[in-house]
Amino acid sequence: MKHNTLSILVENSAGVLSQVIRLFSRKGYNIDSLAVGETHDPTISRITVVLQGDAPAIRQISSQLHKLIPVHSVKVLAPDDSIERELILVKVKADSRSVRDEIIQLVGVFRANIIDIDLYTITVSIVGAGDKSRALLNLLDEFGILEIARTGMIALERGATTIYDRNKIEEEYDYGKHVL
Amino acid sequence: MARITGAHIVIECLLEQGVDTIFGYPGGTILNVYDALYDYRDQIRHYLTAHEQGASHAADGYARTTGRVGVCFATSGPGATNLTTGIATAYSDSSPVVFLTCNVAEPLLGKDSFQEVDITGISMPITKATYMVKHADQIADAIREAFAVATAGRPGPVLIDILKNATAEYAEYTSIPYDIPAKLKPMTTSPNGKIDTLVEMIGGAKKPALLIGGGVIRSGASEELLAVAEKLGAPVATTIMGLGSIPGDHPLVTGMVGMHGAKASNYAISRCDLLIAVGARFSDRVTGDLGSFAAYAKKVHIDIDRAEIDKNVITDHHIVGDAKKVLTALNEALTDSYDFSGWMAEVNDKRTPKRTGTAAGYLDPRDILAAVQRIAGDNTHIVTDVGQHQMWSCQHFTYQWPGQLVTSGGFGTMGFGYGAAMGTKVGNPSRTVVHATGDGCFRMNCHELATASHYNIPVITLIFNNGTLGMVRQWQSLLYNGRFSETTLDRGPDFVKLAEAYGVAGHRVTNLSEFEAAFTEALKSGKPAVLDCVLDIDATVRPMVAAAKPLSEYLLD
Repeated sequence: MKHNTLSILVENSAGVLSQVIRLFSRKGYNIDSLAVGETHDPTISRITVVLQGDAPAIRQISSQLHKLIPVHSVKVLAPDDSIERELILVKVKADSRSVRDEIIQLVGVFRANIIDIDLYTITVSIVGAGDKSRALLNLLDEFGILEIARTGMIALERGATTIYDRNKIEEEYDYGKHVL
Repeated sequence: MARITGAHIVIECLLEQGVDTIFGYPGGTILNVYDALYDYRDQIRHYLTAHEQGASHAADGYARTTGRVGVCFATSGPGATNLTTGIATAYSDSSPVVFLTCNVAEPLLGKDSFQEVDITGISMPITKATYMVKHADQIADAIREAFAVATAGRPGPVLIDILKNATAEYAEYTSIPYDIPAKLKPMTTSPNGKIDTLVEMIGGAKKPALLIGGGVIRSGASEELLAVAEKLGAPVATTIMGLGSIPGDHPLVTGMVGMHGAKASNYAISRCDLLIAVGARFSDRVTGDLGSFAAYAKKVHIDIDRAEIDKNVITDHHIVGDAKKVLTALNEALTDSYDFSGWMAEVNDKRTPKRTGTAAGYLDPRDILAAVQRIAGDNTHIVTDVGQHQMWSCQHFTYQWPGQLVTSGGFGTMGFGYGAAMGTKVGNPSRTVVHATGDGCFRMNCHELATASHYNIPVITLIFNNGTLGMVRQWQSLLYNGRFSETTLDRGPDFVKLAEAYGVAGHRVTNLSEFEAAFTEALKSGKPAVLDCVLDIDATVRPMVAAAKPLSEYLLD
């Protein structure tokens, strides 16, 4: 099973997120990660979903998403042609100077950031695309992770192409142009 | 422009859409709308059913047989949840119905108020779209968009939930022509090359077969289908929803396909080398075992819903578009002459010989349907519930025109028939409407006899009464060693007395001549009637392919 990233532009209104997410559960797809945020147009939100599935399954869920009226566009981002990032906040037990020093050193090596520190804990912020974050989390686990919060993966295509290049209103929904 | 209440805007917008018939049931939150309806009672006929579910099926049956949008009203809470089976039924069979419910006023929303339920949330997976309207000035847009959505592309149900305060508030209303926004126009693929590829595939085929679904009926593409079929001279099999899309007595038509499909149809699909499916969605009841389904064929799928492409069956070629437009284009592109007569003869060879004679001494379901066809003639709708009687109605009645059969094909809703039959009759007063049902199904919604009786909706109900949930019993006897767990209906009621209690004529018939006499009398009466047809408990539907088995392997011949 392949890891897939779907980018979905939706109307920024009540109930739309639940409508989109329910479609995944109704059709039997498990979501690995989910991130939602407003775009530069405040009436439009962008949902980024990471999920497992073979090509026909991903085509099917994309077609189903297209049918939802508040969905403006759906794009499957090819891993090779896109950049992905996730922000992770992790609070680690650090109640001695030597432990704190060790963590600070590790965080430096991984180019993560320390964003909070007191006598008992250190909170680290990691921005990454997967492997690096996983490696650092494994190391931090040795000290005792107290809690984690993650944003879920977000992604954009590399280069000049954008999700607006393939908008369902312009392309597939243009009845006048594509009418049989 | 006028300043009127939200409730009046609701009715005005329905009039804009050409609505003159509503099925529904009032209640607390929808009182304002019903109060406004009182002002329009000369322009809109409202049918008060016995139960919201009956109203939902009636609006569905009306929509399926008139080509118009069905409209159904219900109140909040239980009124709204009682619609859900009807909404899901309409959704499964792509029937355009606008369901309008009202909800508690805004200050009470989310407080678990009396008769409050999140009906837009509940109905989301069984509608094309849902709208929650909180203020009067949003009502007109919501209703206009709802009608556009219900009919655009692949038709289906839409639900509008209006808060009670919105129906009481005043807002400006102007009757304006509604322009369908671009986003609601159906997705289609560019025809460039798509049709040419299909024509090439036909040119290379030796054994092509057409598989026709309900999409051809919804699209009004029967003439175009007939033209293409005759040009090819290839077998035409239909799904249950496709029955009537092409005249059933046409020599190319092999009948229904699937679990209880005609042998010639199942053979044609199993052995063809090119399968062209139009407006069909490859339901599991049609395909059986997917691995062996049309195993020798290149598969082509023509459908208006892109999400149907490669959903159940991976196809070799597809065209996303309206069946009428695609078939028109295909017909124009088919310039060669084709001769598939050898293949057609091979398929014809598998046809089950036409039954001659009738059963003596007992009532055979096949004889009932033949008699209905003979006595009532072609100008007749058959509206069914679900189970054995439904399959018999599909197999032993010849459907000649689109919409003649009204049945819950996708969702398989027991209790669908009576409401749908009333809606069919209301929408088609000049046609005979025969409601075929079973004793199990009829008991589910027989309270609608009160509605048919009150409005004198002359639906003739034929109860295929075998004293059991026949289809389940058939599975139990074939697959569960005759362990008839909870399927025997040895408990009445006396359907003749029940009908009479509602002021409807009831007849019990036990043989064909009694049936013919009672049916003829019912037709003449111009009133609703119930014919309790007593059948053998072990009457079976044949042939039968077990679930998820190849279409060529019969469990029952």
